[in-house]
Amino acid sequence: MKAIRILTRSIRDSFKSVFRNFSLSLASISCIAITLIVVAISLILTYNVNNFTSKVERDVTIVAFLDTNIKEEGRQEILEKLKKMEGLQNITYESKTKIGEEMMNSSDIFKNIMKNWDESESPLQDTYLIKVENIKEIGSIAKRIENLPGVDIVKYGEGMVEQLVSLFDLVRKICYGMVIALIIVTAFLIANTIKITIFSRRREIDIMRLVGASNINIKIPFVFEGLILGVLGSIIPIITTTYGYTALYEKFHGQLFSSLITLIKPQPFVFQVSLVLLIIGILVGMFGSWRAVRKYLKI
Amino acid sequence: MSLIVCQHLKKQYKTGVVAIHDLNLNIEKGEFCFVIGSTGCGKSTLIKMMYREERPTSGKIIVGGINVAKIRNSKVYKLRRKLGVVFQDYKLLNRLTAYENIAFALEVLGLPKDEIHNKVLKVLDLVGLKGKAKSYPHELSGGEQQRVAIARAIVNGPRILICDEPTGNLDKRTSMEIMEVLKEINKLGTTIIMVTHDTTIVNALKERTILLDNGRILKDYAKGTYKYESNKNIN
Repeated sequence: MKAIRILTRSIRDSFKSVFRNFSLSLASISCIAITLIVVAISLILTYNVNNFTSKVERDVTIVAFLDTNIKEEGRQEILEKLKKMEGLQNITYESKTKIGEEMMNSSDIFKNIMKNWDESESPLQDTYLIKVENIKEIGSIAKRIENLPGVDIVKYGEGMVEQLVSLFDLVRKICYGMVIALIIVTAFLIANTIKITIFSRRREIDIMRLVGASNINIKIPFVFEGLILGVLGSIIPIITTTYGYTALYEKFHGQLFSSLITLIKPQPFVFQVSLVLLIIGILVGMFGSWRAVRKYLKI
Repeated sequence: MSLIVCQHLKKQYKTGVVAIHDLNLNIEKGEFCFVIGSTGCGKSTLIKMMYREERPTSGKIIVGGINVAKIRNSKVYKLRRKLGVVFQDYKLLNRLTAYENIAFALEVLGLPKDEIHNKVLKVLDLVGLKGKAKSYPHELSGGEQQRVAIARAIVNGPRILICDEPTGNLDKRTSMEIMEVLKEINKLGTTIIMVTHDTTIVNALKERTILLDNGRILKDYAKGTYKYESNKNIN
């Protein structure tokens, strides 16, 4: 009962305090808002880069060319072995007849050359198109497939794929690092702003201590105040993100520069980012207040 | 048993200045005790150690059964609930009324509203401020503000009241009025330790008086024995 009374008093006081010290609260709220907008931008960038790189990685395919004279049984045998192999996601068979038709349909030159070929003259080979679960294992999987009897050669864009994978890895790491660094910087920036706010109220803290309030009793109203500042501070970044990203998406029709780079659909993406911003705002606000008050509770 | 016990108490600041040297002192329950001495003699340091605003460097200080030297930061509130502290500058919150300032001390302890109301009215009556409950500090005179501060200090019914120059900012007449309030509180059983520069008050009340000099007790006058002549030690 006593704890509930203290808690309700703390909540009441924190609301009062936010509005009573409005100019100082406004400073904290603006600081939270500005830094959260920067965090939002980097979050959106990171997720989109991640989305793009994953999409590219998903498209990378191993093409296993089978021996030219392979029979149906041989093909089935290879398929069984591929199915047993670990790390494969998807196996599609494409016969040389189908490939030939596709090539003829794609260009008249091909059509003129290829229309006179019969089955035994065709240099084309039956293929299995294989997608892997983890792009990083593509090299070793390709080697294992190449060693299967009946498989002639294996191609997956070797060299370039590895480069792409390591480049994407680097880009992702940089993005994540940036977001984490920004959140930490935000936390300290906000903590310092709140510290200035609380500095002006150290007399209040002194008096609270003097009359026998326990440290936790003193901290709770300030931590609640931090929470309120965090929520208020994240409103503008949330609105900016929601409307800004949606507008951006619509302006570029969901693509950036070319159809290769597709943007993440605004819904539910903007809500997820908003939720992350709100949580960061709240946590950082509470952490900032807690740190600042703690300083004045030491003797 | 004594309510406050100091044994071989020493306080040395980080700067190397020794404020209190090997001090031994006992204050009994219900006593009214003045602490006097020249500026820098260590009187403020002594009472700051009593309410644990300062930690002693060595020695023992027991206040109301709590070993102040050993109490952890997070447990200081337990000591503070046993005592009230009054300052020269009142330390009131300007945005709160007299009533709210006093109630504040009980609210942080989580007391129910009705109980707070009754206690605050009672204590306002005791310090003679019943009609000023709704006044803000800036609407009150210095003497009235100090009465509010005293009321806040005693509203929780502490066994000890520590006063750090409570009349320092007040004129003679108002100072004597404040002393009347303190005497009244003392009569109700609260032990009072008061640091002061005001020899007139000390002389008029003739309570137990401890004269400090350079962090040591120069003289401990029992109740009724303090003489004005000894004032040469006070600047």
